[in-house]
Amino acid sequence: MATRQTRTLARFMMAPSVVLLLIWMIVPLAMTLWFSFQNYNLLMPANRSFAGFFNYIYFYTDPAFFQSIANTLAIVLGVLAITVIGGILLALLLDQPIFGQGIVRILIISPFFVMPPVAALVWKNMIMHPGYGVFADISRFLGLRPIDWFAQYPLLSIIIIVAWQWLPFATLILLTALQSLDEEQKEAAEMDGAGAVSRFIYIILPHLARAITVVILIETIFLLAVYAEILVTTNGGPGYASTNLAFLVYRTALLSYDIGGASAGGVIAVVLANIVALFLMRAVGKNLDR
Amino acid sequence: MARAVSSRRKTIVTIVAWVIAFVIFFPILYTVITSLKTEREAIDGISLIPSGTFENYVEVQAQRDYWKPFTNSVIISIGSTLIGLVIAIPAAWAMAFSPTKRTKDILMWMLSTKMMPAVGVLVPLYLLFRDTGLLDTRLGLTIVLTLVNLPIIVWMLYTYFREIPGEILEAARMDGASLMKEIVYVLTPMAVPGIASTLLLNIILAWNESFWTIRLTAANAAPLTAFIASFSSPLGLFWAKLSAASTLAIAPVLIMGWFSQKQLVRGLTFGAVK
Repeated sequence: MATRQTRTLARFMMAPSVVLLLIWMIVPLAMTLWFSFQNYNLLMPANRSFAGFFNYIYFYTDPAFFQSIANTLAIVLGVLAITVIGGILLALLLDQPIFGQGIVRILIISPFFVMPPVAALVWKNMIMHPGYGVFADISRFLGLRPIDWFAQYPLLSIIIIVAWQWLPFATLILLTALQSLDEEQKEAAEMDGAGAVSRFIYIILPHLARAITVVILIETIFLLAVYAEILVTTNGGPGYASTNLAFLVYRTALLSYDIGGASAGGVIAVVLANIVALFLMRAVGKNLDR
Repeated sequence: MARAVSSRRKTIVTIVAWVIAFVIFFPILYTVITSLKTEREAIDGISLIPSGTFENYVEVQAQRDYWKPFTNSVIISIGSTLIGLVIAIPAAWAMAFSPTKRTKDILMWMLSTKMMPAVGVLVPLYLLFRDTGLLDTRLGLTIVLTLVNLPIIVWMLYTYFREIPGEILEAARMDGASLMKEIVYVLTPMAVPGIASTLLLNIILAWNESFWTIRLTAANAAPLTAFIASFSSPLGLFWAKLSAASTLAIAPVLIMGWFSQKQLVRGLTFGAVK
């Protein structure tokens, strides 16, 4: 059907997007790679020289590096666990007939639209503050000592905030998937005497499998890069207790002015994200073939 | 009898759902309430009834020139989305209507650029911006956000365009419609809803983007994300004012988001869940 003429036209129509993204992907990445092999500090720009793998070795031997990797994984896995399990439960709940379902949905989806600095600051100041926060008020009401969340459990606090932002996303996606489940199939299973649990395991969960995969993979992409929430709450501290890889690279680049070191960290972050991306591409790609 | 049981069940489910919804929504609600309190009231224990002062909104404008970051947010998010649409519409169009063997690969590759972590290119971009004078300009940030969201825009448009039946095009061609007429009279009306949804979702994403907007701006081009982040170092009592600024910052996209729930699912899952 496609003639040569329309094919040429199609190529012209795609060119701007493809060329721009190609530049956007290759130029900065090539520069990062180049800088990562250089001794280059913005405070001493004259002392630039070839560094070999020094930056990588330096980054690798920095104790903050392993802690930041561990923290990155803790944030990703912690938030995923909360949002996926919570999302499934909430989706099952909202799939029932409810009075005022539209409003309930709107209330539950709302946190997703709150910009990260607002979400983090509201939680930090008004919810988790050890003196005036809502949690502290509740603790005192119960006769307990208020917890200083960001000093005692900095990483957990960040996980809670980020999970609050992403729970609506998981719920909405899973609910949409759930609603596409054939009503008759559920009823047939019910008539055959399948209990709620076996219906969930044998009918609902397999039906949700793809949606769950998509939620996990998309959230992972964003969760690997959590930044603003850390910046405005703990600033990575105390020590490196809540520094993830993204935050460590930022710190090395713009606070220590160590261009070479930060670039090496950036390359490591890219490699990590690519490993995850590989899986996502497969899952989404399969779907295209439908 | 069965009816009575199911209606009782509906009541119980309703109560549980409303309680959970209230808890999840509470931080937002509390922000709005606190924005209507005085600074003294704001730290005076939980109270859901504010004295109803609008003083904080006035103060935020007077002390911190709220209008400036707000305008920056509007210009940057709408600007980057519109430029992105202009670049992406032809591409998505070509992919949907004259697909080749490589179309799928190109789409996948575009998606893969979205997965590149920002910190991976922070250093060169920062230096490039510094050297070209784009640092802390609305133009610079608009360019970056256009590129960051371009893959999503192409993808969303593609999933919408793909659903426009190709036969309609052929029929129009048979009737002797020129390419221009085909686009204006046949395709545009069918494509507008998809384009509108894409526009909406991408304005939301650009509005809330919180890495580049914070790192590449300072006093001049800072949008609301950077403005709010600057409240992180507490100077005296400021919660009521922070709440007022936050309420204004999230209200526009919150309302847009309520209207675009369905499109959100589709756009963010690249058409995998509908």
